[in-house]
Amino acid sequence: MARAVSTRRKLGFTVAAWTVALLLFFPILWTFLTSFKTEAVAVAQPPQWLFFDWTFENYVAVQEQRNYFSFFLNSVIIAVGSTALGLLVAIPAAWSMAFVPGAKTKDLLMWMLSTKMMPAVAVLVPIYLIFIRLGLLDTRIGLVIVLMLINLPIIVWMLYTYFREIPGEILEAARMDGATLRSEILYVLTPMAVPGIASTVLLNIILAWNEAFWTITLTTVSAAPLTKFISSFSSPQGLFYAKLSAASVMAIAPILIMGWFSQKQLVRGLTFGAVK
Amino acid sequence: MSTEASRTAARWMLSPAVILLLIWMIVPLALTLWFSFQRYNLLYPDRAGFVWFQNYTSFVASPAFWSAIVNTLILVGGVLVITVIGGILIALLIDQPIWGQGYVRIMVIAPFFIMPPVAALIWKNMLMNPSNGLFANAFAAMGMQPYDFLGQSPLLSIVIIVAWQWLPFATLILLTALQSLSSEQLEAAEMDGAPAIKRFWYIMLPHLARAITVVVLIQTIFLLGILVEILVTTNGGPGSQSTTLTFLVYKEAILDSDVGTAAAGGVVAVILANIVAIFLMRAIGKNLDA
Repeated sequence: MARAVSTRRKLGFTVAAWTVALLLFFPILWTFLTSFKTEAVAVAQPPQWLFFDWTFENYVAVQEQRNYFSFFLNSVIIAVGSTALGLLVAIPAAWSMAFVPGAKTKDLLMWMLSTKMMPAVAVLVPIYLIFIRLGLLDTRIGLVIVLMLINLPIIVWMLYTYFREIPGEILEAARMDGATLRSEILYVLTPMAVPGIASTVLLNIILAWNEAFWTITLTTVSAAPLTKFISSFSSPQGLFYAKLSAASVMAIAPILIMGWFSQKQLVRGLTFGAVK
Repeated sequence: MSTEASRTAARWMLSPAVILLLIWMIVPLALTLWFSFQRYNLLYPDRAGFVWFQNYTSFVASPAFWSAIVNTLILVGGVLVITVIGGILIALLIDQPIWGQGYVRIMVIAPFFIMPPVAALIWKNMLMNPSNGLFANAFAAMGMQPYDFLGQSPLLSIVIIVAWQWLPFATLILLTALQSLSSEQLEAAEMDGAPAIKRFWYIMLPHLARAITVVVLIQTIFLLGILVEILVTTNGGPGSQSTTLTFLVYKEAILDSDVGTAAAGGVVAVILANIVAIFLMRAIGKNLDA
């Protein structure tokens, strides 16, 4: 707001906002701190905040005892794979709906959205049985396909809202100037579409990385991503807070950083363009 | 530019997405419907057969179903109340002129990016655990008995955990909507001497109405499907105190291998989700015309 605010007022709001923010952020901060403690220090009473002997032993232990990296690799393959496959299908679809809209385009978009409303648990058994029959259970390709399908409506929608903002007149102008279809796509449309596609990729990787229903129910060991890995910590054996923390930090750090970069796109993507 | 040729091309470009989604929607749902009319338990494969609506009647008649419905309503309702009210307040606060707004935003949004099992296990072990958790420590420091959150109030504890996960989403969307409000209107109202509470009630809230609707509907869709948070914290217990409809169906399918009953429960869940979905589609459909 473009008006002068008294410093005292600003100070009051600042203190209040920082307090709320720190409270909400606290569980993550605490996990981060605990991941550098020994197991004994992690449960010490009173709690140790900053002045303890920082150690990396938990990170080493999580890798050596639990083979963290193989889960990490699965997460990367599943998230990136499902996003790439989704783009391959969604870009042409969103493209044609944005530039050659027909009478049914709106209904089609709404129908795609409606597939997202299907409760996963209702189709768990059929999918499970189909996966067994096709030998897809606990395979990366199986998860890539399922995650591609559950996120496809979001990808199509997001791309559609971005593509629709590209003015069609520009294409006509390029055509008037004698541009061929190929150069039209390559030099006019692509540069304008890239930011929208990049945002879509970012959001979709976040969603796929954090997807926990299908990744946990359809995997056992060989294709298990980090969601499954972390869930295995739900039955504790002895002292394990520090190791749980280290594993958690390694599971969330990449996506947390990506998420911070994609705040704006997140609103747009998750509300299907209803709030921009 | 819609020539006949481009329209044909458009249809070709559309069809892969449409066909894939069509298969993804119809095949599993048809199988679920088929199973729901069968006696089909993976543990007793010999006792199979068509039983009409028996799975439905036994599922709906069981006390587990009604307590699951109540628990689902408490979970969804509780999280919605906390996130919408909390989200409005936090969005209003962040929208004020403050120092370090960027950092505040980053911290507030962070919980949304935490994968569900991590969020649930952090809260379960590091915060709510009655012997080693931070809350227990804080209680002890104040001379009070430690409280076993997940043991004594399992559903409420899960509501808190899930609300923590979704508060950033509500805040972010409401903040985005708030920032699109023209400051001139607010300033005019202020000049006319309207107190802050009236400015909020008559100008901001109506402006936020649409964003609030979207938040409520989208969250409801996701909240109805919550499973992992329950799975790794309470496993539906103690007893069935934190068993929601989704968890009940999951339990029938995976733990009891009772495909028939689980399928009937799944169909009930589909019906419930569709009721919400109809409202959501209307809210979003309006935006397409605009």
